[in-house]
Amino acid sequence: MATLAAPVTDLPEPTYAEVNRDIVATLMPPSRKWLLGMGLVVLGVAFGGFCWAYQLKDGLGITGYTPPIFWGSYITTFVFWVGIAHSGTLISAILLLFRSAWRTAVYRAAEAMTVFAVMTAGLFPILHLGRAWFFYWVVPYPNFRGVWSNFRSPLVWDVFAISTYFTVSATFLFMGLIPDVAAVRDAARGWRRKVYGLVSLGWKNSDREWQHFSRMYLYLAALATPLVLSVHSVVSWDFAMSIVPGWHATIFAPYFVAGAIYSGCGMVITILVPLRKWLKLERYIQPKHFDSLAKLCLLTGSIVGYSYAVEFFIAWSGGNPYESAHFYNRVFGPYWWATAIMLTCNGLLPQVLWFKKVRGSLTTLWVVSLFVNLGMWFERFVIIVTGLSHEYEPWQWAYYVPRWPELGIVLGSFCWFAMWFLLFIRFFPVVAIAEVKEALPPPMRGGRR
Amino acid sequence: MRAPGVVGVFGFLDDAVAALAELKRRGYTQLTVYSPVPRHELDAVLAKKESPVRLFTLIGGLTGVSFGFFYAIATSLDWPLIVGGKPIVSIPPFIVIGFETTILIGALVTVAGMLLNARLPRLGRAPGYDPRFSNDKIGIVAFGGPAQLDAAREVMRTAGAEEVRDV
Repeated sequence: MATLAAPVTDLPEPTYAEVNRDIVATLMPPSRKWLLGMGLVVLGVAFGGFCWAYQLKDGLGITGYTPPIFWGSYITTFVFWVGIAHSGTLISAILLLFRSAWRTAVYRAAEAMTVFAVMTAGLFPILHLGRAWFFYWVVPYPNFRGVWSNFRSPLVWDVFAISTYFTVSATFLFMGLIPDVAAVRDAARGWRRKVYGLVSLGWKNSDREWQHFSRMYLYLAALATPLVLSVHSVVSWDFAMSIVPGWHATIFAPYFVAGAIYSGCGMVITILVPLRKWLKLERYIQPKHFDSLAKLCLLTGSIVGYSYAVEFFIAWSGGNPYESAHFYNRVFGPYWWATAIMLTCNGLLPQVLWFKKVRGSLTTLWVVSLFVNLGMWFERFVIIVTGLSHEYEPWQWAYYVPRWPELGIVLGSFCWFAMWFLLFIRFFPVVAIAEVKEALPPPMRGGRR
Repeated sequence: MRAPGVVGVFGFLDDAVAALAELKRRGYTQLTVYSPVPRHELDAVLAKKESPVRLFTLIGGLTGVSFGFFYAIATSLDWPLIVGGKPIVSIPPFIVIGFETTILIGALVTVAGMLLNARLPRLGRAPGYDPRFSNDKIGIVAFGGPAQLDAAREVMRTAGAEEVRDV
C-alpha cells in the first residue's frame, strides 16, 4: 500500500479507443494474484460452510444465544450486508437521476457490490433459522395447510423488500452491462466472442437499441431510487415495529438509510482503492472520485452521528425512565465497548473527512473506510444485542457474545462476497465502458480529438 | 447481386451528423446509425418518436400495485386470523407489499418493453455492423435502390467518411 501514499493527480482524459483497450485489458487471463485471492476466499467460504454444517447438525445451541437474546451476530451481519448494498444503488440510480458525471467511473463496481452484498445478506435470515430447510415457509404460496403469510409482519415485508431489491438491482446491473459486454465481444476471438455475444443479447449499438435502452435505464433508475430508500426502512421496521426498548423508535427508518449509505460508501472505497491499483485503472478511477465518495461518507456519517445525538437527547429529555435506562445501559452497561467502537467510528471518525488532505490521501481514506465498515457492523450489534440483553424484566437480562461457529460464518460471508466480486472482475468490465465514453467529449473534426 | 445498402464509417461525430442530416434532407427513410455511445446530436437529426418503454413502465407499475394489494387482501381473507387486534384487511401494512410489487413488476415489465422494442435478443447479423462501432467509430447504413445508394455513397464521402462500402 505504500505506493498509494504518493500524491496522485488526475490524469489526462482517454480517447474512446483507449477506454475500450484499457478496460477490456482487465479481463485478461487470471493473474497469480487473482488465483491466490480466489483460493483464499474459497477456503474462507468452505470454513463458513463447515461452521453452518456443524450448526445444522447440532442446532442453534452451538451459538452464543442466551435467553432472551436470540438475535445476535447473524441478524447483525444481515443488516450490515443489506446496508453495504445501498450505496451501489445510490451511486448507480440516484446519482444518475441527479446527472452526477463522477458516478460513471465507479458505479459498475458499486452496483456489482450491491448485488453480491444482497446475495450475502439473503443467506443470514436462513442461517439464523433453527430449521433452515423450511425457510420457504415465509414466502406466501398456496399450500396444503391452507395457511398464508401474515402480511402485517415486518418480517414478511422484509422478504418482499429484499427479494425485490435483489431482483431489481441484479436486473439493473445486467442491463447496464449489455453494451459493455458487446464491446468485449467485439474485442474477443473464438469461443469467448460467442459467449460474450450471447450474454450481450446480440447488442449492436444501433440507434433503435440506444433509444429504448436509454429510456429503460432512466425508468429503472427512477424505480430503484424509492426502492433503495424503502429497503433499509423496511429492515429498520423489523426492529422499530416491536416494543423492545431501544428499538421502538420512529427515527429508525431515516437513521438506517443514512447508516446504510455511509457504510456502503465506506465499502466502495475499501474495494476501489486496491482495485484501481491492481487492474491499472488509475486513469479512470481518479482521486476526484474518491473525494466525492468521501464527501458522501461525510454527509451520511454526519446524519448518523446526529441521529445518535438525537437518540440520546430524546432518551434524556423524553421523561421515559425505561428508555433513558436503556440508553444509559448502552453507554455504561456491559456492552460499553461495542458502543464506544460505534460512537468513535461512526460519530467522530467521519468528521476527519472535512479535511481535504484526508480525502486526498488514498491510504488514509482506505484506513478510514475500514473503520467505517467496522463501526457500522458494531452499530447493528449495539442496536440488536443491547436492546435484547436489557429488555423488560431485570431477571431476564443476559450477556451474549458470539461463539466461534458464528464468527466462522460471518468470516465466511465476507469471503463469499469477495468470491463473487473476484469472479465478476474476471469476466465483466468493472468500469462502465459506454458510460465513461459518454462522459468524455466526443471525437470532433478540428475539435479536441 | 447488388447490395441492399451502403455503410459509411465515421471517425468524427460532426462528420456523421452532417452526413445523416444530408441523407435525411434527401429523403432517405431507411437509415440505421451505429454509435459507441448514444449522442443527442444524432438523436436530434433522426428525430424519432418518444420511446414507448415508458408505457410499459406505467402498465407494469399499475399491475404491480394492484397485484400487491390484491394478494395481501385476498390471502388475509382466505385465512382470517386476527393478529394484534388489527382488522383482517389492514391497509397500512399492505402498502409495503403493494409498494414492493409496484417496483418489482414495474422494473421487469420495463425491461421486457425495452427488449421488445429494441428487438433483442438478436441472434442474426445486423446489416453493416462493424466491431469498430462499439469502439470509436460511428456507422451510418443507408438502404434503398441503386440510384439512391450511389447518392448515399457520395453524401458519406463528402461528409468525411473514412470508409464507405456495400452491405
